[in-house]
Amino acid sequence: MNRILGITALVTLSVLLAACPGKKAQVKPPATTGESVASSAGTTAPAADATGGQGKELGGSGATGADAGVTKSTIYFDFDSSEIRAEYAATLAAHGKKLASDRTIKVRLEGNTDERGSAEYNVALGERRAQAVKRALALQGAAPGQLATVSYGEERPTAEGHDEAAWAQNRRVEIVYLGGR
Amino acid sequence: MNASRYLPRFFFALAILLLAAAPAQAQLTVQITRGVTSPIPIAVVPFASDAGTPVDLAQVIEADLARSGRFAGLPRAQMLQHPSTGAALDLAQWRLMKTDFVVIGRVHGAAPGYRVECELFNVVTGQRLGGFAISAADTRLRLAAHQTADFIYQKILGVPGAFATRIAYVNVRGTAAARRWRLYVADSDGENYTTILDSPEPIMSPTWSPDGTKLAYVSFEGKLSAIYVQTVATSNRERISARAGINGAPAFSPDGKRLALALSQPDGNVDLFVLDLASGNLSRITDDPSIDTEPCWSPDGRSLYFTSDRSGKPQVYRITLAREERPVRVTFEGSYNARPRVSPDGTQLAVVTLEDGGYRIGLVEVATGRSRVISSGRLDEGPSFAPNGQTVLYAAREGGHGVLATASVDGSVSSRISVAEGDVREPAWSPRVESQ
Repeated sequence: MNRILGITALVTLSVLLAACPGKKAQVKPPATTGESVASSAGTTAPAADATGGQGKELGGSGATGADAGVTKSTIYFDFDSSEIRAEYAATLAAHGKKLASDRTIKVRLEGNTDERGSAEYNVALGERRAQAVKRALALQGAAPGQLATVSYGEERPTAEGHDEAAWAQNRRVEIVYLGGR
Repeated sequence: MNASRYLPRFFFALAILLLAAAPAQAQLTVQITRGVTSPIPIAVVPFASDAGTPVDLAQVIEADLARSGRFAGLPRAQMLQHPSTGAALDLAQWRLMKTDFVVIGRVHGAAPGYRVECELFNVVTGQRLGGFAISAADTRLRLAAHQTADFIYQKILGVPGAFATRIAYVNVRGTAAARRWRLYVADSDGENYTTILDSPEPIMSPTWSPDGTKLAYVSFEGKLSAIYVQTVATSNRERISARAGINGAPAFSPDGKRLALALSQPDGNVDLFVLDLASGNLSRITDDPSIDTEPCWSPDGRSLYFTSDRSGKPQVYRITLAREERPVRVTFEGSYNARPRVSPDGTQLAVVTLEDGGYRIGLVEVATGRSRVISSGRLDEGPSFAPNGQTVLYAAREGGHGVLATASVDGSVSSRISVAEGDVREPAWSPRVESQ
């Protein structure tokens, strides 16, 4: 179920990003989507910009400048979900275009989960998240050779707490530039 | 498929720096949090010895029995005599002390070699229940004491003890900026702990070979996951799986010749594989677009239990290796059941289960699918059975710290195992340690 939703979201995302005038797909403007398409567990994650200082949101989801978007390097996820929220469309477009414009740049996409549940299942879930970001960047023209993934599961939390506020910060993919930046 | 092409094999015999003195912050401290309502009173009389011993055997034995939550030791101060032979034992006197059993013993020899003998008496009936003798080098006297405690436990309760065993665990210290992962092995009472690996990157999923001499684990050194098999006594290790993507959840087959593991495909999907350790041949076991991970062998080695979210949420499935058939779902109660570990007799699975918003340890009866919850935390995970099947060891959170805990399968006894600094997680209970 998550997979289908994830693919749907990606397709929607790609349509959004491509902004192709010929397409008939119904898309919402990104500015209106503060919430993800579906939260599979019924839990609502707090707004993604409630982060612990690093990778701070720029000027809201309306940011259009490609170079402005690349400063945000963390993508947050809902519980037990690898679906990319529409609010990250501009950010991922900016990263993807930057990678497409310079093939010497490489990134490592580090998938992470919150601490709940079993450790190895969380490694698999973190990998799913990293792969979702990888596909989104590839749609923007990044080459597979520029995109490495690793999943740490629940091993590398950035927020030390044990409540939903901390968990929301830990369910993330970090886009780590390895060179050219 | 050409399995060897899929899995480049790397053989390293890396001598890991074994820290001569592991930091005291990583020592496990075991504390009983619940015992049986009427623990069996037992007196373990100090053992006589020819020339003294570096280990107080009776004290180790008594501490083992007390830590099981099923025995209450008679304090030494209340013992009127310290007999060491059956002839010197005045049972009437011990009856007055309201103790049900008396253990007496002797240690012959001197460093480096000893012979430990003990005898167990039922005070109420006056019957000698049996004797136990074992030879041990001076460095293995604590093991001899644990083996003696196992003998006493079995004689009185009718089930084997699990004292002569070890625990592997990961200690995580520091915060996000500078975190360190250390894999340790300690005796079941927390003593004799040694560093297996010390790394600035995550260490996960340690698991024992069935003979108790090796550990397989996942290490992210170099920022990529890889599975290593390391001999505990020598620290020699081999990197046995380092494919692109996930290399995770290793599990030795009951004969020790194969390793089940979880590997990811280029698209990130995780499936189960079995690696033949001698030949390096890799066989695919599952092929499904869902997550399949956390394999665990049935005791007969013919099937694997594993976690899969093929139904939408993580549940436990079983696949029979020899047959071409779809996996069978074995957990049905609750929306989350993961990370199965099968009991030594194969009748029960310990799993991580979601109950009332908390992740807890559940026991699932394989034949019926019926389950019950044996822990009460909010973030319990990583269950591991004692080799006697009586107790489950798992990781928990307490006051913001990662601790270990045990729960007996009958629900009567629980304990908490903590370290002085940092979190402790990913526990793995070893098979019984044999004398060498």
